Amino acid sequence: MSLLTAEELYGGYGGGDILNGVSMHVDAGEIVVIVGPNGAGKSTAMKALFGLVNVRSGRVTFRDEDITRLSPDRIVGRGVCYVPQEANVFPSLSVLENLEMGAFIRKDDYSAQIERVFELFPPLKEKRGQAAGTLSGGQRQMVAIGRALMLDPSVLMLDEPTAGLSPKFIDLIFERIQEVNASGVSILMVEQNARHALSLADRGYVLVLGANRHEDTGPNLLADREVAEMFLGG
Amino acid sequence: MELSGLFSYFVFFLSMASVYAVLVLGLNIQWGYNGQLNIGVAAFFAVGAYTTAIVTGPASDNYLGGFGLPFLVGLLLAMVVAGLLALVIGLITVNLRSDYLAIATIGIAEIVRLVLKNEAWLTNGVRGISSIPSPFDELSGIAEGMAYLAILLVFVGGVYWTCQRLFRSPWARVLRAIRANEDAVRAAGKNVLLFRVEAFVLGSMFMGLGGALYAHFVGFISPSAFDPMFATFVVWVMLIAGGSGNNRGALLGAVVIWAVWTMSSSMIDVLADTGLLPDQLATQASTLRIFLIGLLLEIILLTRREGLLPERPPKAIDRAD
Amino acid sequence: MIDFLQIVIYGIVLGSIIALGAIGVSLIFGILRFAHFAHGDLMTLGAYFALAGVAGMSMPMFAAFGLALAATALVAIGIDRALYSRLQQVSPIILLISSVGVALMLRSLVQMIWGPDNQVYEQGITMPWVFAGGLRIQPTQVMIVGGAAGLMLLLHLFLQHTRFGKAMRAMSDNPDLARLSGINTERVVILTWIIAGVLAAAAGIFLGMDTRLHPIMGWKLLLPVFAAAIFGGIGKPYGAVAGALVIGLAQEMSTLVLPAAYKPAVAFALMVIILVWRPTGIFSGKVL
Repeated sequence: MSLLTAEELYGGYGGGDILNGVSMHVDAGEIVVIVGPNGAGKSTAMKALFGLVNVRSGRVTFRDEDITRLSPDRIVGRGVCYVPQEANVFPSLSVLENLEMGAFIRKDDYSAQIERVFELFPPLKEKRGQAAGTLSGGQRQMVAIGRALMLDPSVLMLDEPTAGLSPKFIDLIFERIQEVNASGVSILMVEQNARHALSLADRGYVLVLGANRHEDTGPNLLADREVAEMFLGG
Repeated sequence: MELSGLFSYFVFFLSMASVYAVLVLGLNIQWGYNGQLNIGVAAFFAVGAYTTAIVTGPASDNYLGGFGLPFLVGLLLAMVVAGLLALVIGLITVNLRSDYLAIATIGIAEIVRLVLKNEAWLTNGVRGISSIPSPFDELSGIAEGMAYLAILLVFVGGVYWTCQRLFRSPWARVLRAIRANEDAVRAAGKNVLLFRVEAFVLGSMFMGLGGALYAHFVGFISPSAFDPMFATFVVWVMLIAGGSGNNRGALLGAVVIWAVWTMSSSMIDVLADTGLLPDQLATQASTLRIFLIGLLLEIILLTRREGLLPERPPKAIDRAD
Repeated sequence: MIDFLQIVIYGIVLGSIIALGAIGVSLIFGILRFAHFAHGDLMTLGAYFALAGVAGMSMPMFAAFGLALAATALVAIGIDRALYSRLQQVSPIILLISSVGVALMLRSLVQMIWGPDNQVYEQGITMPWVFAGGLRIQPTQVMIVGGAAGLMLLLHLFLQHTRFGKAMRAMSDNPDLARLSGINTERVVILTWIIAGVLAAAAGIFLGMDTRLHPIMGWKLLLPVFAAAIFGGIGKPYGAVAGALVIGLAQEMSTLVLPAAYKPAVAFALMVIILVWRPTGIFSGKVL
């Protein structure tokens, strides 16, 4: 039984559909990656799962509950957290305050979770009092992911987590994502760095023009000639 | 009310509605065509009125006057001076986003009002300027009223016709394009600043014209006549009620809201006479009317913010650009 | 020299009053993303609520003060629920126009209920304290600056050290991310109006104490309030305080060279300069 599923999603931002019947699922403990050419609707698909995009038809379920029509702040309460690609921190708030905001709906003492985030991303502990907007790109990304982890989610969705980062940080972020996954969090991730992402994925989906094109295990997709053709390098 | 009284009331009503119509048409060019939020309408209205009063009015020991220029020259100069003021402001504020422009125009209106009140050598201060001549001074009574109304209607027609021609012109098309996507227009090589300033200046010139027509109509002006509530706010309500973005809506809005304004005055009088209205409110009739107009605006914004005549973009043929 | 110091004192008093209004305007800009043109008249309303308490119900001033702050906050929430929240989806311009309508309605209501004449909280003249060299300070001036500082300190503590205060700052930074994090944005909006209403009422009361009450007292301060908010960087309440002091001091000091009647023009000139030269404000707030 899958943790998070999307069935035949059609939808978009208003006028035309960007998604043309996208389906996917994430099982407990998996790392699932969504790749595809620019404009394929990868980010849109993930946003649709999180309630940020208008789903005209289709279904999204989480733990068998239909969450298609739920707004993001409701979904967050159920254990699915989302890290946007851009504008994913509160720039004038400190690192620590960013994490506190991530934990806003928690009624319990979450200091243990903060410690866990600091263990995962040591530079954040050092800069806990610094305004998030003054950090480097890589450190900001750490804050963004840390914020989303504060609710101890079952599923973490990441939209191009390594976009615009230096190679050193790309490696680091992917490493950390694997660590998070090892602690029991399922990962759904859109990535432009397809090759690298697929190498640590359990499964992957290739989307083209808003529809499913390929679906297979990570290693199989990497070995596939057609997929390789679509992504030279990357 | 006897027939002649009713008729002269009607002439007065239509005359004021005409003055407002010119103001609203000017505002429509700024807001409807160009998306500029001018909350300083009163400033240009006042500048136009005072310019014509100073250049056509009688001589005085207290203030600048006595040029004795003819009516049409007064109107023309009113438009020129209002346009110049708009040019200065426009060049400074042209690139500001609407909210900032709105605040800036409030400031302008305030400064103009301060100058009118305090620079008595120019404007006779709070005492105002009186005995502003009208081209029909020799006529009397209803004949003068009707003759002036005829002039007003001619001007309303002229301004309306000009605005309609502009609406269909390539110039207005560029303005609409700027509203939709400014960067694209700039990339196409057009000078966005210039278009914006032009719209602002043109709209303000019409407002100045309205002011001048008003001055000659009532024959006496003072700073209190251009109170922002009256001058600016009512014009905005007229535009929104009528349908912002289109000229026919501007005319309709002017007539309808002016009717509401004057009828509310009569209604309040009736209510006061029959004792239904508390005394305290009755003496504050104009304040109550302002409250009601404000309420009307909110109701319109909530229920039908396109106004009575919604904006209709020009027919597809014109979009052949 | 003494005259100059006197003017500085007037400037600080005026700046304190403007600051309370500018903070509210800045918060509303930052969180609700529109220019609240009814803010001045909200200040007027607060001042007159206090007058109702003092003159109408014979309350002591501090009780009337508290009553006015609470009542104004309630009115602010009410206006938002009835009007602004319904227009939120449309555009900031429509919200601005709507707030102009609200401004007029508030002003007319005040005039209809309390009349168009000048009024004061207390009759009679209070003697100023006189210091070395002839420097005069009115007790009310001390109350105003102290009261304003106190309110601003409370706000600072709220914004920096409470969960909802941080949520307000977060929403001002990035409303979408705030929603994604599960922050209850509705409640933050209501809090914003409470704070804005309370501060505006205090500003109005202080203004009434410093000068006198008049139905357009708040409207006349709207331009300096906005100038201060823009000067300090829209959306940055701390910047607004700095901007307010600058505007207040500049307005009072301008009387050395300009006729007093032109004081509002000074605020306006400063605002235009900032808008043209550095639209994000001295402290780099948002650009709308």
